[in-house]
Amino acid sequence: MITGWFWIDVVIKVLAVLAAMLTMALVAIYAELKIMSHMQNRIGPYYAGGRWGWAQPLADAVKFLQKEDLVPDGADATVFKTAPYIVVAATLATFVVIPFSPNLVARNLDLGVFYLLAISSLTTLGVLMAGWSSANKYSLIGGLRAAAQLIAYELPLVLVVAAVVVQAGTMSLIGIVEAQAAPVSIGSFEISLPFLLTGQIVSFVIFLVAAVAELSRIPFDMPIAESELTMGYITEYSSMRFTMFFLGEYASMISMSAVAATLFLGGYWMPWVSDSVLTYIGPLVLLSKIAVLVFFMLWLRATWPRLREDQLQSLAWRWLIPISLVNILVIAFFKVVVF
Amino acid sequence: MGAPLNKDSHFPFPGLWKGLWFTLKYLFKPVPVVMYPQEQEIPVPRARGVIALDPDACTVCMLCARECPDWCIYIEGHKEEAPPSKPGGRARKRNELDRFEIDYSLCMYCGICVEVCPFDALFWTPEYEYSTYGVEDLIHGKTRLKDWLSTVPEPPAIEGEVESS
Repeated sequence: MITGWFWIDVVIKVLAVLAAMLTMALVAIYAELKIMSHMQNRIGPYYAGGRWGWAQPLADAVKFLQKEDLVPDGADATVFKTAPYIVVAATLATFVVIPFSPNLVARNLDLGVFYLLAISSLTTLGVLMAGWSSANKYSLIGGLRAAAQLIAYELPLVLVVAAVVVQAGTMSLIGIVEAQAAPVSIGSFEISLPFLLTGQIVSFVIFLVAAVAELSRIPFDMPIAESELTMGYITEYSSMRFTMFFLGEYASMISMSAVAATLFLGGYWMPWVSDSVLTYIGPLVLLSKIAVLVFFMLWLRATWPRLREDQLQSLAWRWLIPISLVNILVIAFFKVVVF
Repeated sequence: MGAPLNKDSHFPFPGLWKGLWFTLKYLFKPVPVVMYPQEQEIPVPRARGVIALDPDACTVCMLCARECPDWCIYIEGHKEEAPPSKPGGRARKRNELDRFEIDYSLCMYCGICVEVCPFDALFWTPEYEYSTYGVEDLIHGKTRLKDWLSTVPEPPAIEGEVESS
């Protein structure tokens, strides 16, 4: 039944997610600036905002917005202009199903995991559109690399998520969190553990590798690869649209981390805390898990070099996919035979 | 994970973890950055900051200007009568320095001019704060170069015995 309240409800939810995501993306950008500079023995932003350079991401965003919004002569203007919105929209759409507490979830879909995987692939569609429409060889190579990367890494990602679904017995994300909260009995001893500690460690590692590759973050940033492709598919973008790609990258980092936290680290759930308390501190628990995973991605970026394109492909096809296939077999075996 | 995955390359993982441990260590180390305008780094005594000129020692021999790889030294001079060294002797000729300019926008701080000067008229000094808003202000003239002279550090003590021939 669609009434006036439905639309108000939707608008409020969308605005809340938008504001929260943009804030979190800005925080992630700031964290990257600061953490990376300290890892590289630098101070990083220092003067903006008066203290610790906290306003640096805001200042950057304002600076980007002042630039002229250029569309190259030979570009397919419509596609070119739409691409960044697709990236950002796909990223935001993942938050529809992420539960922040037992009650705080935009839509608890029964096929939540399926929806997540489908919608997170849309990001790469936006990237491919950007690369194709830019009328620039670097953009084109970047976009095609992104597509090749998506095909290679979507498979292990789906396979390990399938392993999680097998263990949880449901595709609803709240159901998966509740399955992790349910106590596991070892003999007479009962304990609740996240999936990471109950047999999903291989899945978790593969998920992280594939997620970093899907996000095209270092060491898998071939679609951007500054030293080879100028800026890859973003080469021709400026101003508002560039900012959207930029924020979208960090927002999708956060959404991927949120998915990983929900699937493997227990999401909003925390041991020894009752459900009534989790209703209030659930978002904080999830955010801290996201923060740990985002930190890990920043840490990788500050440390590792970029892989070659052939190494990227061989890592996915020769290692991750076979391992995740064996992984899903083992987990299905335990699920059916042992428990 | 797993950089080189070819059979002929070594196992990639130890290096990757070592790198992660290294960056993590640096995250918690104090940062050795000197916040320049507020606090100043004290350069090592014989740092090559700027070149000072002693105009009285200069004989306008042009060696520095000719050796300069960037051709950033401009020298002009003229000859002057000087009193004879002995009464009744012939009047001497002496080179007077009119113009001595170093263009620091061209200088590459190689120090060849200091090395090559036979009369010890050029010196390194560790001063470094002479940046300007205009590139033309980087041409330091005779008086400006002489002002740097007060900042020239004492030459180091000669080590050990001086060989007597």
